Amino acid sequence: MSKQKIINSNGNFDIILENVTVRYQLPGERVRTFKEYAIKFAQGKHKKRSFLALDHINLKIKAGEIFGIIGKNGAGKSTLLKVISRVLIPTEGRVVTCGRVYPLLQLGAGFHPELTGIENIFLNGTLLGHTRDEIEEKYQDIVEFSEIVDFINMPMRTYSSGMQARLGFAVASAWQPEILILDEVLSVGDVAFQQKCQNRMREFREKGTTTVLVSHSPELITSLCERALWIDKGEIVALGKSDKITQGYKTKMGV
Amino acid sequence: MEKKQITQKEIYDSSKRGHTAWEELKGVLRYKDLIFQLIRRDLVSRYKRSVLGIAWTMLNPLGTMLVMTIVFSRVFSTTKSYSAFILTGLIVWNFFSQTTQHCMDSTLWGSGLFKTIYLPRTSFIVSSIGTGIVNFIISLVPLLIIMLFTGVPIKLSAIMLPVVLLLLSFFSLGIGLLLSAYSVFFPDIAEMYTIVLMAWMYLSPVIVPEEILASILNGWIIKINPLYYLIKLFRSVVYEGLFPSLSLFLSAAGISLTMFIIGWLVFTKKSDKFSYYV
Repeated sequence: MSKQKIINSNGNFDIILENVTVRYQLPGERVRTFKEYAIKFAQGKHKKRSFLALDHINLKIKAGEIFGIIGKNGAGKSTLLKVISRVLIPTEGRVVTCGRVYPLLQLGAGFHPELTGIENIFLNGTLLGHTRDEIEEKYQDIVEFSEIVDFINMPMRTYSSGMQARLGFAVASAWQPEILILDEVLSVGDVAFQQKCQNRMREFREKGTTTVLVSHSPELITSLCERALWIDKGEIVALGKSDKITQGYKTKMGV
Repeated sequence: MEKKQITQKEIYDSSKRGHTAWEELKGVLRYKDLIFQLIRRDLVSRYKRSVLGIAWTMLNPLGTMLVMTIVFSRVFSTTKSYSAFILTGLIVWNFFSQTTQHCMDSTLWGSGLFKTIYLPRTSFIVSSIGTGIVNFIISLVPLLIIMLFTGVPIKLSAIMLPVVLLLLSFFSLGIGLLLSAYSVFFPDIAEMYTIVLMAWMYLSPVIVPEEILASILNGWIIKINPLYYLIKLFRSVVYEGLFPSLSLFLSAAGISLTMFIIGWLVFTKKSDKFSYYV
């Protein structure tokens, strides 16, 4: 009942960020040993120098849209994704997501080399929060989609990196996600497989999945996204129609 | 139909989270299938490339027992069936030392995943304990054999074994959580802990009989050692064949549950900051 209420107050937005700020401690200042800690503490110097990765970001992403995020390395793109996928609790501000957030694991993170393909499907599926029954239901689909039927009983260490990536993508995309987070993972495998991946993304969009796509490539953002965000030094530079945003970005970068 | 789907959507609001310790507990229950998969992974991957496989879980304590018996049986000749005495101590000790170290390792291994996907961060730690429980049960087989060979009778008190294992698990979980929570921020802890473990073993009645430890510092050296109560409890029900005294049982239970609660609260409080450490 209470859930229903929240949805109504969200209107048609799946992701809402309000004044989201993330402040990291600078690695150089981080205390790594007890000795350092004791010395710093004794000197009263354990105050932290910090780094603003996100600075009061306000953003609303509509249900069902494909939203692009573009920016240089270190601009805060990944931090933004972490905040959305509830991996990082913001230092300040509020994040609301409506629906299960589903980040595609990069090239099968969490796979174990000694386990077989089957065992890794179950391991990876449960890492994504699915139950055994849910995985059994999708098992056949996953194997077929990944195109590694012959190797499925072999340990993962015998797989090529392309096969691992394919299996990773097959597991992660076996379920229709409500919110999908893509961090430059579409460049997986050969051209034919990439085509399959993109088709699956399109299928998701047609069924109403909200997608957040992070990329360095203005072309990819323009071709897939309706709206985009350009972020730099933790601040929003521009937000709007994707072709305009990428145009501005390209001009600025001198591409 | 449409409406039903909407109500099933999960809402996450960073400003409306419950108490982290409680949220984490709910999370672990929801991800119980993951925990089983992780236990399976640990067991399968550990033995897959060795010829004797799972038999090592039984051979390892037996081998240690054999060495210890040869080395120490003359020194500590007072104890009856010294080999069964050592093996009971070793089984508890191995469980404790291996699971707590494994907790730290698996949290460190998982920290890469914690940065990409949401997972209950205790799931790797809980699964480490689960793996330990399976190994514990397997290592009871050689104990049974040794007890039969050396003429130590198995009595009714052995039905207490599951309770003892449960308490031991809670205690190790508590210590494992504490160590993992801090080793993310101070990696030195893992190194220091191996030394602490060595000292801890010799100050616990694992190899050294209780009577000898009891003479150190008026017996305080064992009274302040929480593991003493757990080892004594296990030995009492398996090796001595006696139901434990109420005071021993309550001490062991109190220590274990307190340790677990402290560990859980500290870990869940600290774990929100894990992702800030790149």
